[in-house]
Amino acid sequence: MDTIAIPAINLAVIAPEVVLSVVAMALLLINVFVKSEQKGYLGYLSIAGILGTLLMLIPAWGSSVEGFSGTIIQDNFAIFFKVIFLISAAMSILITDKYLEREGCNQGEIYPLILFATVGMMLMASGTDLMTIFLGLEVLSVSLYVLAGFNRNNIKSNEAGLKYFLLGAFSTGFLLYGMALTYGATGTTKIAKIASYIAMNGVSSSNLMLVAGMILMSTGFAFKVAAAPFHMWTPDVYEGAPTPMTAFMSVGPKAAGFAAFARVLLVALPALKPEWSSLLWVLAVLTMTVGNITALYQQNIKRMLAYSSIAHAGYILVGFTAGNAVGTAGILFYMLSYAFMNIGAFAIIILVGKKGEENSNVSDYAGFGYRHPVLGIAFCIFLFSLAGIPPAAGFIGKFYLFSGAIQAGYIWLAVIGVLNSAASVYYYLRVMVFMYFKEPTEDFEWVKLTPAFVLCLLIAVIGVLVPGVLPGLFLELAQKAVLM
Amino acid sequence: MVSLNFYLVLSAILFAIGTIGVLTRRNAIVIFMCVELMLNAVNLTFIAFSKYLGNLDGQIFVFFVMTVAAAEAAVGLALMIAYFKNRESIDVEDMNLMKW
Amino acid sequence: MLDNVWLIPLFPLIGFLINGLFGKKIKNEAVIGGIGTLMIFLSFLVSCGILMQLVGMPPEQRVFEKVMFPWIHAGSFKADMAFLVDPLSAVMLMVVTGVGSLIHLYSIGYMHGEEGFYRFFAYLNLFCMSMLLLVLGANMLVMFIGWEGVGLCSYLLIGYYFEKKSAGDAAKKAFVMNRVGDFGFLLGLFVLFWWFGSNHNIWTINFVEIKAASHLLPYGGVVTLATLCFFVGATGKSAQIPLFTWLPDAMEGPTPVSALIHAATMVTAGVYMIARMSFVFIKAPETMMVVAVVGALTAIFAATIGTAQNDIKRVLAYSTVSQLGFMFLAMGVGAFGAGIFHLMTHAFFKACLFLGSGSVIHAMHHALHKGHLHDDAQDMRNMGGLRKALPITFITFLVSTIAIAGIPGFSGFFSKDEILWQAFANPYHGSLNILLWGIGCIAACFTAFYMFRLVFMTFFGECRINPKVKEYLHESPLVITIPLMVLGFLAFVGGFIGMPKLLGMLPNYFEHWLDPVFELANEYGKQYAHSGAHHSHALEFGLMAFSVVVALIGISIAYTMYMANKSLPEKFTSAFPGLYKVVYNKWYVDEIYDFLFVNPCKSFGNLLWKGFDVVIVDGVVNGTAKLVMAFSAGLKGLQSGYVHNYAMGMAIGVVTIIAVYVFR
Repeated sequence: MDTIAIPAINLAVIAPEVVLSVVAMALLLINVFVKSEQKGYLGYLSIAGILGTLLMLIPAWGSSVEGFSGTIIQDNFAIFFKVIFLISAAMSILITDKYLEREGCNQGEIYPLILFATVGMMLMASGTDLMTIFLGLEVLSVSLYVLAGFNRNNIKSNEAGLKYFLLGAFSTGFLLYGMALTYGATGTTKIAKIASYIAMNGVSSSNLMLVAGMILMSTGFAFKVAAAPFHMWTPDVYEGAPTPMTAFMSVGPKAAGFAAFARVLLVALPALKPEWSSLLWVLAVLTMTVGNITALYQQNIKRMLAYSSIAHAGYILVGFTAGNAVGTAGILFYMLSYAFMNIGAFAIIILVGKKGEENSNVSDYAGFGYRHPVLGIAFCIFLFSLAGIPPAAGFIGKFYLFSGAIQAGYIWLAVIGVLNSAASVYYYLRVMVFMYFKEPTEDFEWVKLTPAFVLCLLIAVIGVLVPGVLPGLFLELAQKAVLM
Repeated sequence: MVSLNFYLVLSAILFAIGTIGVLTRRNAIVIFMCVELMLNAVNLTFIAFSKYLGNLDGQIFVFFVMTVAAAEAAVGLALMIAYFKNRESIDVEDMNLMKW
Repeated sequence: MLDNVWLIPLFPLIGFLINGLFGKKIKNEAVIGGIGTLMIFLSFLVSCGILMQLVGMPPEQRVFEKVMFPWIHAGSFKADMAFLVDPLSAVMLMVVTGVGSLIHLYSIGYMHGEEGFYRFFAYLNLFCMSMLLLVLGANMLVMFIGWEGVGLCSYLLIGYYFEKKSAGDAAKKAFVMNRVGDFGFLLGLFVLFWWFGSNHNIWTINFVEIKAASHLLPYGGVVTLATLCFFVGATGKSAQIPLFTWLPDAMEGPTPVSALIHAATMVTAGVYMIARMSFVFIKAPETMMVVAVVGALTAIFAATIGTAQNDIKRVLAYSTVSQLGFMFLAMGVGAFGAGIFHLMTHAFFKACLFLGSGSVIHAMHHALHKGHLHDDAQDMRNMGGLRKALPITFITFLVSTIAIAGIPGFSGFFSKDEILWQAFANPYHGSLNILLWGIGCIAACFTAFYMFRLVFMTFFGECRINPKVKEYLHESPLVITIPLMVLGFLAFVGGFIGMPKLLGMLPNYFEHWLDPVFELANEYGKQYAHSGAHHSHALEFGLMAFSVVVALIGISIAYTMYMANKSLPEKFTSAFPGLYKVVYNKWYVDEIYDFLFVNPCKSFGNLLWKGFDVVIVDGVVNGTAKLVMAFSAGLKGLQSGYVHNYAMGMAIGVVTIIAVYVFR
């Protein structure tokens, strides 16, 4: 048996995570002394923390540093994803404060929880050991269970939290079992060593233990990214959770799931590529189709966007299935633009909504476009981007994902993807039809449009339009961040 | 010496029992206990592999799994309490305000 | 000048931004309309400069690519934001900016006093920008952006009167049908891209590069697949069978929109796209045949339906569909130059017709409004005798009608005759040629008939408008009539630049101009062209004469039916009282005509309109939608809300996947 060697600790690698955790813990303490109506300040503090973390991350771009005896890595891939997480966390925080005030659950704990969830996601993107990935995932999940059920007095929120918790824990079981089998088959939990063990010993795809491990791990990640048939929790949880948290959940954790998923499959198990790409092929088709088709029928706009987010996971899986540089860069680019368009759309939903999640039916948007032209245009931009209509970023992202699939020879997959995105236009368009071609039924009751909201919407609009019109820079960054 | 396969089969059986429990039970707490059973089955697998491979990684993993399970239990029970306050039940059959 | 090509789409963009952002504050209609018109007119000037410069260059050098900035670069894949100027895009530029400027000018008068005046001009400018991107795009992606953009603007403008439910529905229908076409375009793009990439490691979507590599493409096979996909895209955008039903509905939009988008420019995008990729299409003989047949069938279907309509704009809408069919027929028989020529002349006379109908509707509406009447201002049965009240509109309308009917000397004659001749004489379709030509001739006859029916019902005969408001009818202001006069003039003389060699008066400038663009396609075509008989000049003359005769037949039928039996009565009254009764009560004559011609024709038209259009096309579209919705309802049912059901779904998923891998 090995003797325990003192691990080489390189704190610089996890400095951003450390800073964010410290800020979160400090906020927990400060929270005790802040009056209920001033909890919003905690949000600004947490945004300051996020900005600080971003500033620490950006200089690290271009280098690749390992730490903690190879269980964690800070490379371009991780940094790109971390920026997505931090942006989505910051944007969600911007729209949280007024929402909580309206719903009457003004508790400051939400901000540290968001930060902890972000730390978990960052660990997932950085983890190069199944153990770190698992830990990151759990830090994220445990925080998210609470965030989903954060509105304690709202029964829907309770239900969302509990459902998410039960199903999340269930899926963790599968994920862990997969990790255990992979460990058994290769004798290590380190991602790089798994790959080299497979390469050296020629463990083939006939090794059932390894294949089963791969499948079970994929199941766990598929749950996290809401891929069919592991997607069923998504609509319920998204509908019940407080809307800013739905925005957060639909972007950050999905991206984190894809980051870890990509790291495990592309780095640890490239030898099993024929196996996992056919698995992902099926998952992608199922996910896109189920998401889009079910969304067609939805009346509740939060639920509709939940199904749409399932469909978007499907598009990303298309790029993933390709498994080549273009596809992977497509995933990165798409996740980035998806963060902006989805959070932007949810921000508008919060503005239109009323206390107790009223007013979130598609028909409540009648005449919205003329009542509030600027917000209407912003909402249209987000919906166009989600539908993948140029010149919004969503179009470039989709184009990129599908070209990746075509380059890898998955022409039918791309065809199904294009068909699906054509079908998806219907339900996005339906909202716009209500906004512009229907008479308003009643007056809106507004959440006051605060500077924070304006800032969030502005960031979102810029984040959708700039990569759509000038995608060059962003694609270049995404290509530099690709894992191969 | 009991061979590795026995451990693996046992843990697989435990995992299956846990899964079936999740699928069939109606009480949220019992469902969560079944999930714990699944996690423990995984722990058994890890330890068996660790012993068989002569490699400590598996055992360390188990410690983390136990820690995480404890954290999950705390959060999960808190969520159930909040739910129980509002609905006076933790039967998952009652949990379908949101569907379709 | 060529280097400044980017200015062309930029000006309308500026106009869009100014009017879109500040229009509400500006309020002054003259300023808003002036900005919108000025911007597109500036584009027109730049386009003229570019055309001049191209003319000054030797023909083989007339290709210029302007890269604005690198857009998407990914490994071997490259797509720049780049513009392509060649004779083809120059022609399109002139049409879009020229006709566009006139229609902008017209709109200042026509949209006067409408709510959201600024919105209208903002959308119109945005449309022009998208259309110019489409035309100028140096690669398929830039073209696709324009392609989507024009669809979006069309949607916004059809739904301009959003308070009308029918307008909203029509907008939605147009958008959805266009999307079906768009996905065809994307698929075609993907297939071509993938084939070049995987077989020759050429990852490109640039037109010039594809053209350079097009000798690698096989005949048929994958090219057929790609071109068919593109053609699906073209049918959606250009309203061909089976995706044409949105265009008549699109007449819910304001009339200038119908003139600009749904007659002169956007709907011709499909034709342009095929011409742009002629060197690919020609390599797929099957696709060429499909294009020709669909074009011919659309031409005749739409023409017959046109005879059964009473709404002045709907007649024109079906006429547009029919004329687009002619253009596709030209594409399908390899007569790319003739198709583009017809596209241009059609832009002139159809824009003039639409604007003229707008002027009529404007006058009618005004008069009815003054008299507080609620009669339909677009129904031709309420019109008649308008030529006295609206002299300028009448003359320009008549010129354009003569042009579309194909009377020698007017633009439509040259272009349509060229298409019919090529349909007859092309070396690609063998015995199908005679059929294509025959269908084209019959469609031409119908065209002459329904267009003159429209003219007679609208401008001739007694005035059927409520006498109370007759005095209020008056000619539209200059801002409306100037564009009419310019377009009418172009509809008259526009054809001379493409006069067939046969008539020998002028060389066929237009065809020579486009030669460098379509040279390669003709080269490829020779591979499978029938050597065939060389057709004599006498035959060409004969066919030309025949098409004139056919047009005259159509006109005379219309004349007898809608004019003669109305003007004859007085003379006969005194001389032949008995006959007078018969003639004056046009009943009898009408009955005979009805029995012999109108009824079969009308009922056929109605059958096509109601039967084919409503039942089959809408049925298929709606049926698919219903099926998907039912499927959606079913899938939704799986989402029961119960945790254990969800867990069961996951467990079944895992077990199934593992089982598949274990037992594979």
